[in-house]
Amino acid sequence: MLRMVPLPMLGRNLQVYQYDTYDQSIVDARVAEFRDQVERRLSGHLTEDQFKPLRLMNGLYLQLHAYMLRVAIPYGTLSSTQMRVLGDIARAYDRGYGHFTTRQNLQFNWIKLADTPDILEKLAKVEMHAIQTSGNCIRNISSDQFAGAAADERTDPRPWAELLRQWSTFHPEFSYLPRKFKIAVIAADEDRAAMRLHDIGLRITQQDGVAGAQVYVGGGMGRTPMIAPLVNDFVPLSDLMSYLEACLRVYNRYGRRDNMYKARIKILIHEIGVDKYRAEVAEEFAHIKTLGIDPPQAEFDRIAAFFADPAFADTTADAPVDRSDAGFAAWLDQNTHAHKRAGYTIVTISLKPTGGIPGDASADQIDAMADLAEAYSFAELRVTHAQNIVLPHVRSADLRAVYDRLVAIGLAEANLDLITDIIACPGLDYCSLANARSIPLAQKIADRFADPVRQRDLGELKLKISGCINACGHHHAGHIGILGVDRKGTENYQLLLGGSGAEDVSLGKITGPGFSEDGVVDAIERVTDRYLAERTDGERFVDTYRRIGMEPFKEAIYG
Amino acid sequence: MVEALRLRDDAAHDEPAVTLDAFLGQSNATAVRIEAGDDARLLLPHLDRLALIEVSFPKFRDGRGYSAGRILREAGYTGELRAEGDVLVDQIPLMRRCGFDSFAPAAPVDPAALERALERYDHVYQAAADGQVPVWKLRHG
Repeated sequence: MLRMVPLPMLGRNLQVYQYDTYDQSIVDARVAEFRDQVERRLSGHLTEDQFKPLRLMNGLYLQLHAYMLRVAIPYGTLSSTQMRVLGDIARAYDRGYGHFTTRQNLQFNWIKLADTPDILEKLAKVEMHAIQTSGNCIRNISSDQFAGAAADERTDPRPWAELLRQWSTFHPEFSYLPRKFKIAVIAADEDRAAMRLHDIGLRITQQDGVAGAQVYVGGGMGRTPMIAPLVNDFVPLSDLMSYLEACLRVYNRYGRRDNMYKARIKILIHEIGVDKYRAEVAEEFAHIKTLGIDPPQAEFDRIAAFFADPAFADTTADAPVDRSDAGFAAWLDQNTHAHKRAGYTIVTISLKPTGGIPGDASADQIDAMADLAEAYSFAELRVTHAQNIVLPHVRSADLRAVYDRLVAIGLAEANLDLITDIIACPGLDYCSLANARSIPLAQKIADRFADPVRQRDLGELKLKISGCINACGHHHAGHIGILGVDRKGTENYQLLLGGSGAEDVSLGKITGPGFSEDGVVDAIERVTDRYLAERTDGERFVDTYRRIGMEPFKEAIYG
Repeated sequence: MVEALRLRDDAAHDEPAVTLDAFLGQSNATAVRIEAGDDARLLLPHLDRLALIEVSFPKFRDGRGYSAGRILREAGYTGELRAEGDVLVDQIPLMRRCGFDSFAPAAPVDPAALERALERYDHVYQAAADGQVPVWKLRHG
């Protein structure tokens, strides 16, 4: 029998999950399998229709101009070594760019089908893959980008997410679900992962000293946005896989398959009601629990050990951070968060420079971020669902050095959670589903609000753009959301106000008739002007909107 | 009728499969066919007299049959469990894990590709209906 042997690839002292021979053998087999499938496709043994679900389950989409490969970054955590390989692939097989996504993954937009097996092989060498980054299966598990570092977390959600990653990988029963299935795990009061806008959202908690999860089921965006209701207030860790298996089995059996737009689990729960769904799951769970499919506590502990704290330095003698430079101080205020350890800080690198493409990074920037992680953050990075990058463990005394380096590589934009920190889908520039362009609009909005003083004055304002109703740009969850539609052959943009993907989750409402590209930028400005006129002390845009409602904004927009 | 690919040693069952309705309506048939939308649990009281259960996969994207297979095996069914219809070579390993041991694909399957597919993975992450030991169990003995 194979013994469990940790592999040496990523280095000993990392705080990321590291493959043993079992994990590696599964990922290696996947590369061989996909190579076989690509060969059969290229030789004509598989039709495009038959190949499509196979390539999709490996994150390979056929877009407008080329294939797009979506690489999984499980729960958004990666090492500097892995980050560098992403840069290498961008250089060798793409046009020198990678695009970080709202599911904490990375997409390459200019890939050749024949190259994909070699790319997957390169990824497998650093314990990465593209498994289930698309298709009607359980997708990459997402989580809090500040996991293991945040001052406000109860526990690190990543061991839970890794347990789920393994359970969901090539799940034999749930690989041909009615529709895609997204799971998020958080363990803090603040929700940085849009947990309740997932098919399943888990919040890790404790009851009587036992670790477990609150289970929310049936959230999602898309054309019918819904906030997930609570289905179970506490499922202990020892039952969690059985319980999730029950949740999925009920969906796999009863979810609609007659209409892909009504096939997500949110529609099933909406149609049968949450009480009926909960009862069905309970019945299924009672049966599944007898099968012995839950891993033992020892397996959780084995995984959790990988996520132990790094070797934090004694920072008691560190000098306080010198805030005399205004640019640096602004960046500190906007792009850093409190760390659980005194003397350390969480840094978010904005991938939203004015005029840039939200979430894009060049191969050189990817390398530079890997260098920064090695020098200042225990060789670890995170991807956020808002398409930015996090250095989770920066010694506060090093913040100035990190900032100076970010200035040098053009990634020191101090706009985290401000109006120019825009989430945008690839839109009509890349995507075959889109009705309208997203990226040029994001750039126009960023240009209009480029003045940093003005942005800071507007405060937290989450602006999200989708180029079609599939809502990849999370427009329903934007404080300001924009939805691109096709109106008689021209691109038209609807404006939504009042959404949120955070712990104060809500869905945005459409203001009224849509706009042209320039028109929507003007409308946003009228909205923000009205906010500035109406706000009371300390109110964010979304707070003012919730207090005064849609009418004053409508009046400002449509006169 | 297509000759089924059988991954079991006993002799093929030659009685034709009847519909679920016909079976439940007082038939003494020993072979039944369930459609993708049928509730496999309706068969559970009758498993001991069934030698063949055929599960229809009308489209390869329709994955309801995977749950049906597991439900039948989890209830102790040991007879032949056949996946019939739009069954593709790359799906057969997953179907095997859900308890299917017989396959009647509408389109012919390349035997070499099937053999490669079935032997591809040495390890699996989760317990299912095929008795394969999940890696968490291997890790902890």
